[in-house]
Amino acid sequence: MRREAFFGLADRLNGRLQGDEVLFARLGVEASDFVRLNQNRVRQAGSVRSADLGLTLIQGRKQVEGDCQLSGDSTADEAMALSLLQRLRERLPHVPDDPYLNVGETALEIHRDLPATLPDSNEAIGTLTEFAEGLDLVGIWAAGSLADGLASSIGHRCWQQSHSFNLDWSCYLDRDKAVKESYSGFDWQPAALAERIARQRERLAVMARPQRRIEPDRYRAYLAPAAVQELMDMLAWGGFGLRDHRTHQTPLLALVNGEQRLHPDLSIHEEHGRGLSAGFTDEGFAKPPRVALIEQGRFKDCLVDARSAKEYGEPVNAAVESPESVAVGAGDLPADEVLARLGTGIYVGNLWYCNWSDRNACRVTGMTRFGTFWVENGALVAPLAVMRFDDSLYHLLGDRLEALTAERELILSPDTYGGRSSDSALLPGILVGGIELAL
Amino acid sequence: MNLEQELQHIVDTFAASAPRASYWTLRLVDEVHEALVVRDDVAEPSSLGLSRGAMVTVLADGGLGYAATSDLSAAGLRRASEQALRAAALHARRGLFDAGLYPRSALRAQYRSPVTEPWAARTLRDKLDLLFEACAALDVDARIVERVAWLGHRRTVQRLITADGGDVLQHWEYVHPGLSATAYVDGQTQTRHGGGADHARQGGLERIAASRLIEDAERVAREAIALVEAPECPSGRRDLVLLPSQMTLQIHESIGHPLELDRILGDERNYAGLSFVTPEMFGSYRYGSALLNVTFDPTVPGELASCAADDECTPARRVHLIRDGILERPLGGVLSQRRAGLPGTANARASEWARPPIDRMTNINLEPGEGSLDALIARVERGVLMDSNRSWSIDDSRNKFQFGCELGRLIEDGELKGLVRNPGYRGISARFWRTLDGVGGPETLEVRGVTNCGKGEPNQGVYVGHASPPCLFRDVEVFGGGL
Repeated sequence: MRREAFFGLADRLNGRLQGDEVLFARLGVEASDFVRLNQNRVRQAGSVRSADLGLTLIQGRKQVEGDCQLSGDSTADEAMALSLLQRLRERLPHVPDDPYLNVGETALEIHRDLPATLPDSNEAIGTLTEFAEGLDLVGIWAAGSLADGLASSIGHRCWQQSHSFNLDWSCYLDRDKAVKESYSGFDWQPAALAERIARQRERLAVMARPQRRIEPDRYRAYLAPAAVQELMDMLAWGGFGLRDHRTHQTPLLALVNGEQRLHPDLSIHEEHGRGLSAGFTDEGFAKPPRVALIEQGRFKDCLVDARSAKEYGEPVNAAVESPESVAVGAGDLPADEVLARLGTGIYVGNLWYCNWSDRNACRVTGMTRFGTFWVENGALVAPLAVMRFDDSLYHLLGDRLEALTAERELILSPDTYGGRSSDSALLPGILVGGIELAL
Repeated sequence: MNLEQELQHIVDTFAASAPRASYWTLRLVDEVHEALVVRDDVAEPSSLGLSRGAMVTVLADGGLGYAATSDLSAAGLRRASEQALRAAALHARRGLFDAGLYPRSALRAQYRSPVTEPWAARTLRDKLDLLFEACAALDVDARIVERVAWLGHRRTVQRLITADGGDVLQHWEYVHPGLSATAYVDGQTQTRHGGGADHARQGGLERIAASRLIEDAERVAREAIALVEAPECPSGRRDLVLLPSQMTLQIHESIGHPLELDRILGDERNYAGLSFVTPEMFGSYRYGSALLNVTFDPTVPGELASCAADDECTPARRVHLIRDGILERPLGGVLSQRRAGLPGTANARASEWARPPIDRMTNINLEPGEGSLDALIARVERGVLMDSNRSWSIDDSRNKFQFGCELGRLIEDGELKGLVRNPGYRGISARFWRTLDGVGGPETLEVRGVTNCGKGEPNQGVYVGHASPPCLFRDVEVFGGGL
């Protein structure tokens, strides 16, 4: 569904409102190709076309929400949307007044179109499998268009659409000896893909050496940006939301209380202005371009969605109370000096399956995975068997943080639960004086 | 037209211009879901979701392809068929396996969840009133800083037809009640769940009473407070008694996932991971002690993933995966079975109309042994009992795990002692199940499941059932919280 069709549908719905009803309509559209690969061959190929319409019907201080799938046929879609509207209208008398009802009263107009140069999926898979000839490549190609729309009877008219590709893969030598890569963005350049696969072949050559096994202990370590992302995902889980803070559930409680510190070189921001996610919330508020979450190791601001804003009397600055476009500030460690500064220790390419082992202590457990090596005297010497870590972020991002890299990587989320994610992260690698390996 | 007539109309529309393919399937999914939440005595906006779409799968010219669409008009279904044919052409050129391995089916079957009290039997207001009552019942003390009560409903009707005359109609229904209370004192926060929060099953509104939504509230809140004030779980090696609320997760992560055949075939290596289990292990590998008996059982009435057939149209039957500790067969649908040359199960499942089927768990159950929970505890000299999973992490081969629970209780000389907070344990799957030294009897069996099993590229989240009695494990590394 295109922008004009959505706004037209919203106008027709608005024309059917009764009395003082207010309507917010949202649209999420996806047209994606998905090609799964295993052993550098196609495992499963297909496509998905969907359009999800969400409605919030408000009368006085009452509100109800609903959503339905649209087909793309204007007549059928109008009938479906009107049917949903009527069902919501029938629910309104059953719900109590909502003291935290909060919608943007000012008509917002935002339009953003992120153009792209995307190849046909056949072409991309052909290029990839040719470059990866001889490799045991496994992963997924996801590409196509995403669009988000918002319209209201107040007058909101917002639209954002993007076209992008996300190639996420790993190459295996044997069992769990593998190196992972990703290539995502808007401008498909086969040379950039070739560069990544060449880099992967170099790492695989080290991976082919006999695996090193180490005992649980504390080790110096470098965490590459993809590994740092796993730690940021943990902080996103309750670390920054206003509701989590006001109900004492944030894992950063001890930081906020002043009992613990993060390293003064650490700054974390939510950068709505840079990211792919829509610049507006479902309730019709514009997101600010940037929100400082951690500044020089100190907690700065929470992410506040419309509901929490009303409950706690703060301004809205986010659609959801976890980062969608997180950025960690760069440091001064040049990427090409990482191994020399590490000296002897662990190079962690990726972390995996992290979870809280003690949320109050901001303590996280997880596994090393993909491209993790033992380093001696500044050189990768052997692949490392997967190890479990269990450590507090007050250490890894606090007293044991030695440096952040000067270069940062932009990582577009490959997540596709319920649809292709528009989340992204801009992250450096980090050098830590020690990480606790537990198993 | 009623729902089944509407689906029949779409089937007829599709059949009138079925794709030119050697085999095809059409999987139609119509879903309604509703979420009601009351938090701190305030109702959050109720949500009503309606979803309908179709997945067309074709086998054409030596390739296999799929396309999913929410456009169920004749033109929309034709477009989906054309897209599926294009995907099949890509598979034909660069496919991992011979598309002819894809199973053909003429199965005709039906399934309907057991429902005593339909969701529509009570008004929205009545349901919200119930949640207000439950939320208020959580308000036992000023140390409780957040109280939440919820009720979710999902009704999924799926019709799968095949070019060979297969026609499977399945109607699943779920009502999920739940409670949580969060307590805070002096820098320590603890959350306790109950009222059905980790006790998901198929069914209707009768699940509310079965889950004791109202009756459980005071216990949940008081346990949250008690946990805040409890000492940390001690660290060291101890015996471990896991209640069914944690056995669910233990079975899920370290038996269910490692036995998935698509992992063993390597399909999941870039995301969910592989498995420490290899094909030659089936039939001889000692997975656990002789007390370990695990079944794939989609026939248990009301268990979360009970069904008549999987999404490759294979009839669902109960089989043993592990018998007397010996590994017998993997979890793999017919396509995976043919690729691997191994037996399997009817478990090719898709999470929704917009995702293709892959190997998933359905109901993976640990069969009961003998005796009561008290009898298990009586056999422990120095140990910890753990209840209700809250943290889960395991390596990509499903071997090195670390799990955390909401509540622990020390066991000394065969008796339960005081509460401990932040209880956790870690181990290695390949060794852990061999330390199984006690399995509760049939009277201790609880039918539960998880509603957030994630896997696949593109990602899919599905419901999975697990039934288990409490179990006793010997000499496990346990620990508590803190920096």
